[in-house]
Amino acid sequence: MPTQDLRPDPDALLARVRAEETRAHRGHLKIFFGATAGVGKSYTMLETARRQRVDGVDVVVGYVELHGRAETEALLEGLEILPTMRLEHRGIVLAEFDLDAALARHPQLMLVDELAHSNHPGARHPKRWMDIEELLDAGIDVYTTVNVQHLESLNDVVAQITGVAVRETVPDRVFADADDVELVDLTPDELLGRLAEGKVYLPDKAQQAARGFFRKGNLIALRQLALRATAERVDAAMREYRERHAIVQPWAASERLLVCVGPDPLSARLVRSARRMAAALNAQWLAVYVETPTLMRLPQAARDRILATLKLAEQLGAETANLSGERVATTVLDYARQRNVSKIVVGKPLLSGWRERLKGSLVDELIRRSGNIDVYVITAEAGGDERGPPRTFVRSSRWPAYLKSLAVVALATVICSQMIGRFERTNIVMIYLLGTVLVAARFGRGPSVLASVVSVAFFDFLFVPPQYSLAVSDTQYAITFSVMLATALLISHLAALGRRQAKVARERERRTAELYALSRELSRRRTLDELSRFLCRHVVASVEGEAVVLLPNAHGKIQDPSHFCDRGSERAEASLARYPVPGNNLGIAQWAWDHRQKAGLATDTLASAGAIYLPLNALKRCIGVLALRPLDVRQLQIPEQMHLVEALVNQAAVAMERVQLAAAAQDAGVQVESERVRNVLLTAISHDFRTPLATIIGSATTLRDSAPGRLDDTQRATLLDVLLHEAQRMNRLIGNLLDLTRLSEGGIELKREGFAMDELVGAVLGRLHDLLAPHPVSLNLAADLPLVHGDEVMIEQVLANLLENVARHTPTSSAIEISAALAGDAVEVAVRDHGPGFADGEQERVFAKFHQTRPEGAQSGFGLGLAICKAIVEAHGGSIFARNAPGGGAEFRFTLPLPSAGKDVA
Amino acid sequence: MTEVRVQLLLIEDDSQIQRFLATALDAHGYALTIAGTGTDGLKLAALKQPDILIVDLGLPDMSGFDVIARLREWYARPLLVLSAREREADKVTALDLGADDYLTKPFGIGELLARLRVMQRHLIGQGGDAEARIVIGDVVLDLGARRVSRGEEDIHLTPIEYQLLATLAKHRGKVMTHRHLLREVWGAAHVESPQYLRMYLRTLRGKIEPDPARPRYLLTEVGVGYRMADQPPAN
Repeated sequence: MPTQDLRPDPDALLARVRAEETRAHRGHLKIFFGATAGVGKSYTMLETARRQRVDGVDVVVGYVELHGRAETEALLEGLEILPTMRLEHRGIVLAEFDLDAALARHPQLMLVDELAHSNHPGARHPKRWMDIEELLDAGIDVYTTVNVQHLESLNDVVAQITGVAVRETVPDRVFADADDVELVDLTPDELLGRLAEGKVYLPDKAQQAARGFFRKGNLIALRQLALRATAERVDAAMREYRERHAIVQPWAASERLLVCVGPDPLSARLVRSARRMAAALNAQWLAVYVETPTLMRLPQAARDRILATLKLAEQLGAETANLSGERVATTVLDYARQRNVSKIVVGKPLLSGWRERLKGSLVDELIRRSGNIDVYVITAEAGGDERGPPRTFVRSSRWPAYLKSLAVVALATVICSQMIGRFERTNIVMIYLLGTVLVAARFGRGPSVLASVVSVAFFDFLFVPPQYSLAVSDTQYAITFSVMLATALLISHLAALGRRQAKVARERERRTAELYALSRELSRRRTLDELSRFLCRHVVASVEGEAVVLLPNAHGKIQDPSHFCDRGSERAEASLARYPVPGNNLGIAQWAWDHRQKAGLATDTLASAGAIYLPLNALKRCIGVLALRPLDVRQLQIPEQMHLVEALVNQAAVAMERVQLAAAAQDAGVQVESERVRNVLLTAISHDFRTPLATIIGSATTLRDSAPGRLDDTQRATLLDVLLHEAQRMNRLIGNLLDLTRLSEGGIELKREGFAMDELVGAVLGRLHDLLAPHPVSLNLAADLPLVHGDEVMIEQVLANLLENVARHTPTSSAIEISAALAGDAVEVAVRDHGPGFADGEQERVFAKFHQTRPEGAQSGFGLGLAICKAIVEAHGGSIFARNAPGGGAEFRFTLPLPSAGKDVA
Repeated sequence: MTEVRVQLLLIEDDSQIQRFLATALDAHGYALTIAGTGTDGLKLAALKQPDILIVDLGLPDMSGFDVIARLREWYARPLLVLSAREREADKVTALDLGADDYLTKPFGIGELLARLRVMQRHLIGQGGDAEARIVIGDVVLDLGARRVSRGEEDIHLTPIEYQLLATLAKHRGKVMTHRHLLREVWGAAHVESPQYLRMYLRTLRGKIEPDPARPRYLLTEVGVGYRMADQPPAN
């Protein structure tokens, strides 16, 4: 370490405080840890639990694998056992730990056997350790069991020892974060004895494998591993204790380890070793890959392998980085210093090539320049299945390039033959050199080497005495040859590098352009559906295959896709019928959505699925899942491709969230509005209905209850008049309410017919004869009015409402004018009064529902009439407005488009 | 009180309307029988052979339309429909099924009495001779002479205009659906062409009405049809 800062790292302190906070709420996890099956983990767990129960702890057995062991079964007696969940899978009913029941029961302590168990399809989580995490989060203490072979970082070691690969693994983090680990130890001899006695039950099909597994040698090795893992934990616990009590310098916790990952298939093993070292040192660790120009040329498979290794490191808890630089050693060391790394781990090369012997290997260079950083060189032993496919150099055929390079040399030779005699031989060489440089720049290394060799041969053969012989009289031509070859190599290298970089730049530019275009396009889409289709179309444009967006319903359950798309439209039709859902697994989609992590094909979760499921993660929530089934899985393994797809998905997700938020905001607005309308309606009903009712009841009772002779004829007539008038008023109110209900419920069904406006005006005047009697009405209807195409009855209602409104708001005997004329391609009707007109700004509000000029006025009529007018006119594609007429009074105008124009509108 | 009272049958389920009409109609000299359901109504119609039937469209046991249709199989006398529904389509359906006129609830007793008067007149007309002369404001329609005149002056009408005016006049006071008028005037082939009707009505109004923009005699029932006013408004 370059500096020894003794102050506690504030980040570390903060992290510890946070960890303690979480731990306070979290349940305690105790793991009963063993080397293999049969050492008595379940037994010990149950025994411990029984003791707890005696101490008064509320213990429930969530799940225990008995394997028919009588001793274990006996311990269950008296303990509360949670019923298992029955899952049907391919016709077989499977018992599974019931997480929901466990959470509902919420005991103090829950026993769940087999931490590494993979849940059957249909369970909430794919892995049992996830179930247990959830229990812990809920504040339930958990006892569980696990064998050493199930620990992720030891997985390969165990496989190496026993020859049996275990698929069910538990992240080391779970083991490391456990509050307590109890090692259940049994000597190999004792275990073999128990096995022989039949106390350890093994299912029939496992017998074969088990016989190989339970060899004494294996058992010893596994026991050693288990003991070591436990010891590391104890060590870590002690370190933590000491650190917490400031017994050691705090910087020890910030020890950092860096592992270099290369294209070598054995890098994965290197990463696992590094993880074990980091764990043992209680150190943070980093995994880096340095991309040099040479490594850029690696075949795709090797590049993918590097990325896979980095991903593995990430899963094992490393921070990963992808560095680029000219030389691996310098880049790594720079990065290491910058990140305060104390130890570097590198793999020992299996075979050192000629290059390493010449230049010194990476390891040599690292050690030479590492200064105060320790360098650990780890042997990466060759192991059977982990070795990748042999490196093959697939090159496209380059024969044309070689032929062209020969042609260039031939051309140079022709030019030189013309120059010979007139120029020095050194100048002739220059022509050859120019040819070679051209070849190197244009066709690369191979052809340029060929060109330089052939050039030297021709030069020697044709122009150097003795002519027509390859004998060289002067050693100076050896220099000519060397220079030419070196130049060729250098130029070809630089040219290749340039081409490569140009290609990368072009590729990056294409991606940037695509993303830019996408984000611009996305901002134009207004609905989720449009966005989904758009995303699918773009995704399948870069990864050939089928894509579909799966969205959750209101209860957070992912639904069947509502749409589908494919690259070719004609193929889309066919594919639509064949693949309603790519991969057809909503369960995985659900998982991806729940966890906001990708799942399925080419991921770590349920990789056997037919499609990859990418969550549409927006800023605040996960919108849905993009399911993508590529025609060729390998497309998903090209990192650039996946980066592009993920970028597309992220952008689309943000756009979708925007749409959803906008919709939510609008919904809220509508809700507020309808709430307001409801309140106004209730007030209006209670007021506007009760007022006339009061008059009606009052008048009627007066008439009924008055003694004969009490009322004279005029008084009786007045009361009857009032009664009638108020009843009619109520009838009008109800009519308006009904109209409005009809208009707002599911829109308006127009019964369009041609009708004459003048006839309609006449009919309305007849209908409203009594109401309009006090007002002189003048008509100004154009003689050439064409037939209006609309719902006659509704337009009559508009006119009637307008006239009623005018009659109500103008003084008796003030004039009313009705006019109708052709205005462009519409008929415009105007109703004008000579009353007080509108108050300032009122004309804009009169068409709103429940607008009333005088809120508590005696003449109030719900303020619905004009709103109805507006709804009807707009349903006809027309418009309505109100204004203060020049010269005083109010004016209402509405237009109704004529059939030719109406068609365009509709 | 010695004269024979006109027999009415009311098919209506609302008890307050029953009470109101029983009182009001009795006071105006009608004999009223009341049926609360469609089934009872059909039975009583057969039993009592009323002069005029009043049918509410909203009945508890069966649709008012069905009642009209079943009655019209044998009952030829006037039939008035009461409806709370303000939907024109219902009115037209009822009229096309054979109802003679309709009244929308709520209605004043004056409106009902006017309708009943028109029906009574048609009731009499059924048995006796049709009127020969009909006075429409200052216009006189002489059905016998096929002549229309204002004062001393003849009003010239085309045959179709005359036919239209005569049809409306014969049924004056009663609403005529577009369909009905078209069938009467143009024949069954033209029942779906209301545009003819509108055109002829307009010219007819121009010739008959003092102020065609505010018709007094040839009234438009929006969405239903036309009616010739029985008693022109006082002013």
